[in-house]
Amino acid sequence: MASKPVALKILDIITILLLLVATGLVFFFAPLERVMGLVQKVFYFHVAAGWVGMLGFLVAAMVGGIYLARGERKWDIVGLASVEIGMAFAFINVVTGSIWARPIWNTWWTWDPRLTTATIMLLIYAAYLMLRSGIEDPDRRARFGAVYAIVGFISVPLTFFSARLFRTIHPVVIGTNQPGAEGAFDMTADMRLVFFFSLFTFSVIFVDLLWHRIRLGQLQDQVEQLKLKFNV
Amino acid sequence: METQKIEKPAPMIETVLSIESPPARAGFLRALGAIIWKDLAAELRSRELLSAMLVFALLVILIFNFALELDAQTRYNVAAGVLWVTFAFAGTLGLNRSMAMEKDRGCLDGLLLAPVDRSAIYFGKMFGNLIFMLLVEVIVLPVYSLLYNVNLFQPGLIVVTLLGSMGYVAVGTLLASMAVQTRTRDILLPILLFPVMIPLFIAAVKASGGFLQGIPMDEIWPWLNLLLVYDVVFIAVAFMVFDYIVEE
Repeated sequence: MASKPVALKILDIITILLLLVATGLVFFFAPLERVMGLVQKVFYFHVAAGWVGMLGFLVAAMVGGIYLARGERKWDIVGLASVEIGMAFAFINVVTGSIWARPIWNTWWTWDPRLTTATIMLLIYAAYLMLRSGIEDPDRRARFGAVYAIVGFISVPLTFFSARLFRTIHPVVIGTNQPGAEGAFDMTADMRLVFFFSLFTFSVIFVDLLWHRIRLGQLQDQVEQLKLKFNV
Repeated sequence: METQKIEKPAPMIETVLSIESPPARAGFLRALGAIIWKDLAAELRSRELLSAMLVFALLVILIFNFALELDAQTRYNVAAGVLWVTFAFAGTLGLNRSMAMEKDRGCLDGLLLAPVDRSAIYFGKMFGNLIFMLLVEVIVLPVYSLLYNVNLFQPGLIVVTLLGSMGYVAVGTLLASMAVQTRTRDILLPILLFPVMIPLFIAAVKASGGFLQGIPMDEIWPWLNLLLVYDVVFIAVAFMVFDYIVEE
């Protein structure tokens, strides 16, 4: 394994700087929301984390398809890496959402479509990891993982749609609100700037982490091969 | 890798087969029928799968009776939920057994060696499972109506049961054939199956509940559409990826 590439080192530094700037913008630049106050600031990273979670699962389903078509090991490594990162960020998304919901909805949790979908999505990818850990043959593990990543990802919009047929109280900040949404607000120009900057920052974090995780996956593969070589 | 090589029959066998075998579509249907028939015949002799599913389903209903205090009022409101939870639990039992049977006795390898399309194997197992599922439902529904004095004989409810069971076995057969090939197979199937199955359950419970409570049709239609979409999408996906599950 070659030592850490220079491009990755540069990306690491950029990622850290972007995250610092984003945090600064959220706390010192974005205006205070009049009704909700400070807790509204959770919104910027909440949505960005949810976006990275979805992005991770989307990438996993896509490389799952590529793996099934081509059968190359590297796509499986990418798939596992993006599921793991996606799960971490989806979890951050749920936790930050709860922090916001406690003062605004007066409850940590409610069975709203988005919350329900987010939880079920986490369970799907927990099942994905359990499925992989139950298979020793790396080739079969990769194939089954790819199939489940595709099946799981396809079910997510259906879950969301089915849960949405119930009435929702989750605010839709971008697009039109359902009647009855609570805690909604209109973004000012400054808020929008911070929001999109957070989205961008988190996307860069995703790329950076994915790169690291893929390198780790390659190392794991090498270790596994070395073990096979010397244990026989 | 071994079976991969044997999977294509030797050219000589192929020519012998092609002389006798009718056009491709008839061949597919015949293979499908043979696989379904094999499952039914095996079940007819052992009766281990259906009896287990059935007794389990009745036990679940019994437990719900005490867990939920199904008095005359709540009965109508929760009937749909109780029924679908029962079907889901009994269904995993059947799916697990039906695929484990193939795997344990090496029958799956035999099936894969047969010179038929892989999708015929998938659809054969799927319809076999669907038949078992429907048989259980055909017995459980009247028993439920009898025990709780709820009228379940409504054409709408039968359509929902059919659509719901179809989607359930479509995904269930695919995931069960994955689960039996893992180390933790007995516990893995429900964990893989249920999160993917949630939209189907929500739609089936809402639609059945709608029919039971006499809600107007235009409020039930969205749920029926959702069931249909789920069935079509997942039968198509399972059909496309099944090859990769049984490949050795």
